[in-house]
Amino acid sequence: MTSKEPFETVVAVHGATVLRVCRAVLGPGDVDDAWSETFLSAMRAYPDLPADANVEAWLVTIAHRKAIDVVRAAGRRAIPTEQIPDTAATPALDGPDPGLVEAVTRLPAKQRHAVVYHYVAGLPHVEVAAILGGSTDAARRAAADGIATLRRTYPPITARKGENR
Amino acid sequence: MSIHDDLPRHLAQAYPDTPDELRRLRERLADAAQTEGILDVAYRTVDTPVGPLLLAATEQGLVRVAYLAEDHDAVLQTLAERISPRILHAPARLDTTARELEEYFTGARHTFDVPLDWRLSAGFRAAVLHRLPDIGYGHTASYAAVAALAGNPKAVRAVGTACATNPLPVVVPCHRVVRSDGSMGGYLGGIEAKRTLLTLETAA
Repeated sequence: MTSKEPFETVVAVHGATVLRVCRAVLGPGDVDDAWSETFLSAMRAYPDLPADANVEAWLVTIAHRKAIDVVRAAGRRAIPTEQIPDTAATPALDGPDPGLVEAVTRLPAKQRHAVVYHYVAGLPHVEVAAILGGSTDAARRAAADGIATLRRTYPPITARKGENR
Repeated sequence: MSIHDDLPRHLAQAYPDTPDELRRLRERLADAAQTEGILDVAYRTVDTPVGPLLLAATEQGLVRVAYLAEDHDAVLQTLAERISPRILHAPARLDTTARELEEYFTGARHTFDVPLDWRLSAGFRAAVLHRLPDIGYGHTASYAAVAALAGNPKAVRAVGTACATNPLPVVVPCHRVVRSDGSMGGYLGGIEAKRTLLTLETAA
């Protein structure tokens, strides 16, 4: 394959994934800017992208940088916390769960990125490592640590009564 | 099963698709790409009496009109290869063309004023296509006559090829080229489309 698809196809195929990634990494707010900056920047560079490149990993890489820019521009940092809120909704057993979304935004940055790029975007750990810098093992560990943190911080303690772990 | 054992699946489901938001973001991207000068090809489709037409424009002008029979996805892929892959569905750049086509199909418009980008045709084929607007609305000319107009009276078959590969049908009126015996000859949009256009033009 020597030719590239129209960029419209790239947006159609990967737009939803990039939006999920932006929402997961940034939490509410700033998501539109991060998505728009990601695709604008990607479109600028698209003619030079090698034809055999992994387009989704490439887009998530750009989204990762744009999300960091957006956070910096907003003059704030995501503050990791070990605190477990004592009043939180009972988690839904299926479908979207605002409590889980919120718990993800409270993960330390590296865990959050590794969890989102692997479990939300579906990238293999080796691609996540390329985005975050560092080894594949480090990316795998960060994702596992993130899941472990989520197990501690989500769902709230009241909902875990009777569980044996 | 505890929610904890299934966190990966819950993570995958935690961010549902939001089609309305995506649609709005894609429109915003098309506007921003236009403003930044990186929208190399904008396209849209319009519904007409000869079926949906794909319209594509560069910064220079209208570069492609395509019938459904030409396969719009294949046409866009060809544009990506021959012009640039920086292609978006961006109707705004084609508003004037769409309006002029609408007027044409109601019989109110006899010529098109939009700037044309001729880069998809070259050589003798381009010479042929450039002469086609000389055949006035409601008139026809034979392949032989157009060959003479284009400066090579013997190149009758080449005129047929030029018409069959016209990147701007309807707007550049290859449908007005017919056989010397008065029969219609072929048409890249199908013979029915050619009949529809010629009937429209003689009725006005």
